[in-house]
Amino acid sequence: MSKFVFTSVGRKFMMSITGLFLLMFILVHLTVNLLMIFDDTGALYNQGAHFMVSNPVIRIVEPVLGLGFLIHIIWSLIITWENWRARPVRYKKATRSEATSWASRNMFILGGLVFVFLGIHLYNFYIKIKFTGSPLLEEVMVGDTNVHNTYLLVSTLFKESILYCALYIMGGILLGLHVTHGFWSAFQTIGFNNKQWLNRLQWVARIYAVLVAVGFSIIPLYFIIRF
Amino acid sequence: MADKILKKLNIVVWRQKDAKSKGRFETYAIENISQGSSFLEMLDILNNNLIEKGIEPIAFDHDCREGICGMCSLYINGHPHGPDTEVTTCQLHMRKFDEGDTITIEPWRSRAFPVIKDLIVNRSAFDQILQAGGYVSVNTGGVPDGNAIPVSHEDAEEAMDAAACIGCGTCVAACKNSSAMLFVSAKVSHLAKLPQGQVEAKNRARRMVAKMDELGFGGCTNTGACEAECPKSISISNIARLNREYLSARFSE
Ligand code: HEM
Ligand code: FES
Repeated sequence: MSKFVFTSVGRKFMMSITGLFLLMFILVHLTVNLLMIFDDTGALYNQGAHFMVSNPVIRIVEPVLGLGFLIHIIWSLIITWENWRARPVRYKKATRSEATSWASRNMFILGGLVFVFLGIHLYNFYIKIKFTGSPLLEEVMVGDTNVHNTYLLVSTLFKESILYCALYIMGGILLGLHVTHGFWSAFQTIGFNNKQWLNRLQWVARIYAVLVAVGFSIIPLYFIIRF
Repeated sequence: MADKILKKLNIVVWRQKDAKSKGRFETYAIENISQGSSFLEMLDILNNNLIEKGIEPIAFDHDCREGICGMCSLYINGHPHGPDTEVTTCQLHMRKFDEGDTITIEPWRSRAFPVIKDLIVNRSAFDQILQAGGYVSVNTGGVPDGNAIPVSHEDAEEAMDAAACIGCGTCVAACKNSSAMLFVSAKVSHLAKLPQGQVEAKNRARRMVAKMDELGFGGCTNTGACEAECPKSISISNIARLNREYLSARFSE
């Protein structure tokens, strides 16, 4: 069984299982984030964020999520390297492959850019919330509990820097592109696909991708337009 | 109506003396080719010209020249089997080309398909994959009644669609990863869809994938280039079936 994860199908199985897990995480993440644009006092979002950090389920899932990312990234290196090695001599005149999507041919580049964004994103928020702290994070009362003012940390970044807004919009779009292919590809990899479902899954993938790209972009856009 | 005559074409072609030599591209001009001739006839004419000039003719694979044996190959202008869809190189006609065109012809490129000479690659890797599990074991004895084993019409059709694979290697040539998944999935599927294939199903998927990996083919990333270029339009839904068969075989170990 240990060798399974390094067979061609096993490698893709690892990518798809972690990918599907990340897809679910992204939906939860987006839902909480969107609370930001429904309440300018930030109370709603702070409550949501507080719920996430204090919830025991989320506390258990957090390290699993880290592991999911790690495996997804390490295996993406393995498959990309192995696949690149399988053609030692390139074509002089390579197929433009009109029939294949650009995203499907550039998953490693898209994933890599998402990874760069992820680093910046963790530096902006996660590190400050978890470890270093920030004066912006001072506790506020929401209802009858004291919570970190995560809203202030996020909104300050977006209000003060148009550059960061642009970066976060880019991040959303890159992730959207990655999952236009990733979403249906993951189902194909685990064997859940056939002639009827191929089309359906590709449509759901597009809807999911647009939801993610628009959903994440709308938040910095909201701060640009409103403040 | 007579076919149009292409007055001049430039053929850029890969020349390689043998498996060990370093190859290079050569350009040859060819004149007065009828659009009614086939692509391989054009190469035959070019080879005749080369022989007359004392140049070694270009080696390329072909056999039936009617699209059923899977022997012809050639990566023509960036497409396996050329610019036409759902045909093999031997069925490709010169009417797909125009006056003055430059036609680039390359061999299949894959670590698992080494070049033997010019445009000929060694595709015995496919035979090795088949030998690893692409069969059903049949005991000798009397001829069984064909109708004794019920097969639904849909299953029969799907099995036949998968069995249309001629093993030419287009999927490997077209795939950016040189993956043989479409070939292997077609060979696994045409047996998996039939009752006779069930007995050895688990070992078949396991062994064929293991052999494919061992021979140095890349992995599938579901770009779909294989299906688009396949002369027999084998569907990538077969790849989902192969994944299913393989995963269930591995998880039941
Ligand atoms: C939240 C972030 C991410 C999500 C939701 C995500 C999702 C997915 C999904 C669902 C797949 C399809 C798996 C399959 O076909 O079996 C996939 C594939 C892939 N991902 Fe990601 N991914 C993310 C981040 C990354 C990162 C950071 C990298 C690389 C540094 C990356 C590189 C890849 C590669 C190379 C593939 C394989 C492409 C293919 O098989 O065509 N991904 N991803
Ligand atoms: S020569 Fe037989 S398929 Fe082309």
